[in-house]
Amino acid sequence: MDGRVKPGHDDGEAERVEIILRQRPMTLSLETRDLTIRFGGHVAVNGVSCSFRPGELTAIVGPNGAGKTTYFNLISGQLTASTGEVWLAGRNITAMSAPLRTRAGLGRAFQLTNLFPNLSVEENVRLAVQAAAGVHYDMLRPWMRRTDLIARADAILDGVALGARRRVAATALSHGDQRKLEVALMMALEPKVFMFDEPTAGMSVDEVPVVLDLIARLKQDPTKIILLVEHKMDVVRSLADRIIVLHNGQLVADGKPAEVIASPVVQEAYLGVARGKTAA
Amino acid sequence: MMILSGDPPRSRVLSALLIVIVALLALAPFLFPGAKPLNVATKICVFAALVASYDLLLGYTGTVSFAHTMFYGIGSYGIAIALYTLGPTWTAVGAGLACGLPLAVLLALAIGLFSLRVQAIFFAMITLAVASAFLVLASQLSGLTGGEDGRSFQLPELLRPGTVFAKGVFGITVSGRTLTYYIVFVGAAAMILALLRVVNSPFGRVLQAIRENRFRAEALGYRTVFHLTLANCIAALVAAFAGALNALWLRYAGPDTSLAFSIMLDILLMVVIGGMGTIYGAIIGAVIFILAQNYLQALMGLASSAAADAGLPLLPGLLHPDRWLLWLGLLFIASVYFFPTGVVGRLRGAARQ
Ligand SMILES: Nc1ncnc2c1ncn2[C@@H]1O[C@H](COP(=O)(O)OP(=O)(O)OP(=O)(O)O)[C@@H](O)[C@H]1O
Ligand SMILES: [Mg+2]
Repeated sequence: MDGRVKPGHDDGEAERVEIILRQRPMTLSLETRDLTIRFGGHVAVNGVSCSFRPGELTAIVGPNGAGKTTYFNLISGQLTASTGEVWLAGRNITAMSAPLRTRAGLGRAFQLTNLFPNLSVEENVRLAVQAAAGVHYDMLRPWMRRTDLIARADAILDGVALGARRRVAATALSHGDQRKLEVALMMALEPKVFMFDEPTAGMSVDEVPVVLDLIARLKQDPTKIILLVEHKMDVVRSLADRIIVLHNGQLVADGKPAEVIASPVVQEAYLGVARGKTAA
Repeated sequence: MMILSGDPPRSRVLSALLIVIVALLALAPFLFPGAKPLNVATKICVFAALVASYDLLLGYTGTVSFAHTMFYGIGSYGIAIALYTLGPTWTAVGAGLACGLPLAVLLALAIGLFSLRVQAIFFAMITLAVASAFLVLASQLSGLTGGEDGRSFQLPELLRPGTVFAKGVFGITVSGRTLTYYIVFVGAAAMILALLRVVNSPFGRVLQAIRENRFRAEALGYRTVFHLTLANCIAALVAAFAGALNALWLRYAGPDTSLAFSIMLDILLMVVIGGMGTIYGAIIGAVIFILAQNYLQALMGLASSAAADAGLPLLPGLLHPDRWLLWLGLLFIASVYFFPTGVVGRLRGAARQ
């Protein structure tokens, strides 16, 4: 929310606020407030407060184990925060389950590929398309009659250059193709918030552009929020409008890419480690 | 079948096999008029539906349940108790269904919502506990259920063996028994077709997604506990209806014919032999298993004496009819070993090559 609409005193006003909110897609916002999770004694995400705006691609960087994936899990609902809150479009979604958060518009592509291994590539995408269409319990019509959904799934597969592999079981795909399918599942959900967790990790050089082009195309849409966890600095530089840095679960830097990369805290906290990693 | 579900058998051998089985079952009263063959045919119909409903859970969602015989038993007892207490009328049959089927569904709903949230193993344990409790309950409440003896009852006039509709139709007498058989046959066929429809619907696809990766299904926005619970309820409904049909045929319901855990094992074996996650496998599994159960002994008797006549050493002893259970066991081990995906999985695999 941008503060222009303030909740009123009477119900009539509250209702009007509701209507205004619904009519204004631009009010989409995602915010975490003091978000914290502890695993036993270990604080994996520690008091992270940050808000994300539509039309902005935020890169989240930080060394291995910094808590980036855990932060994502807290936002999309795979984990529940120990303390702190997550707000989406003016609603507190901290207590919401993962499926409901997905329906509310949070899309997630996982770092560790997370597919339906024995189903075909097209089945995988069709399941996501079906979820996006809100077809959950329809048991009276055969799937094959939903030509609308099937066509959409095919279009998405072509978009990630997997059209030719559609009949193959997901588990039989190469690592790079599995990563693409992972991204395709999120695209099929048509979310408002896209969360990419190292989408190009382990891909061969010639496969990377397919995914990067896709993200770049998504960026054209000013209504979407895009979060991207990425280790490769050249990718971050070319795509990000903003960088935030996590270190030991804490937010240690936030700003324009050039500033953040140049800041001493990042040079020390992140880039040193990253260089070590590339050298290894 | 394919027209209704968009899921053809996907193997020419399998299609042929299914057509032959369905045709034989459809004409069973005329082809095999004896009492035993007709009993076997009925049992195949009832179990094909029962096993198919179990396949919905095990094969499609990957959930192990031990409560399936309980739902089967609820359907059986519903009919038995209603006909026993209200007398042999159609109203009683209706009342039995109207009590048994909703009870099964409600119980499945409660178990599902209570235990399908968490790990699958917890669900398996709960179903085991509830089913055991139910078995004890059924034998304790002997005033209602007849205890260990079960309940025998009379059928409505139309279904009685003594009711003769026509004589000498293709050499047989069309009686109330024939009508009962066709009720069972049509009922079972309808259930299997309905299940095929369900598994090939958008809902059915989600069930497979849950089996493959429940975490991811949740991440796509599916609230999986509701899908699993719904599947559990559908399976319970079909099982209860199969139980009701079986009770009508037997004119009896008791712990051994409807609630015993040995039936649960039979169901498991039939699913595995036929092929999990196919529905068609239930038909094949039921046919193989029930034929073996009923005719292996006789077959071995023949083989044994043939071997003895031919003067072969060892074989007559090995094939002695008293050893039929041993051979049955070996048959199952072999079938699971050689067809880990079941007969249907194997046939489909062969068709793809
Ligand atoms: N479920 C869990 N239980 C216990 N500890 C966990 C759990 N999930 C994450 N952690 C710990 O939290 C820390 C942060 O992990 P996380 O996966 O979020 O890091 P990351 O920034 O994504 O790292 P990478 O760059 O390697 O992907 C790690 O120390 C990890 O061991
Ligand atoms: Mg990570």
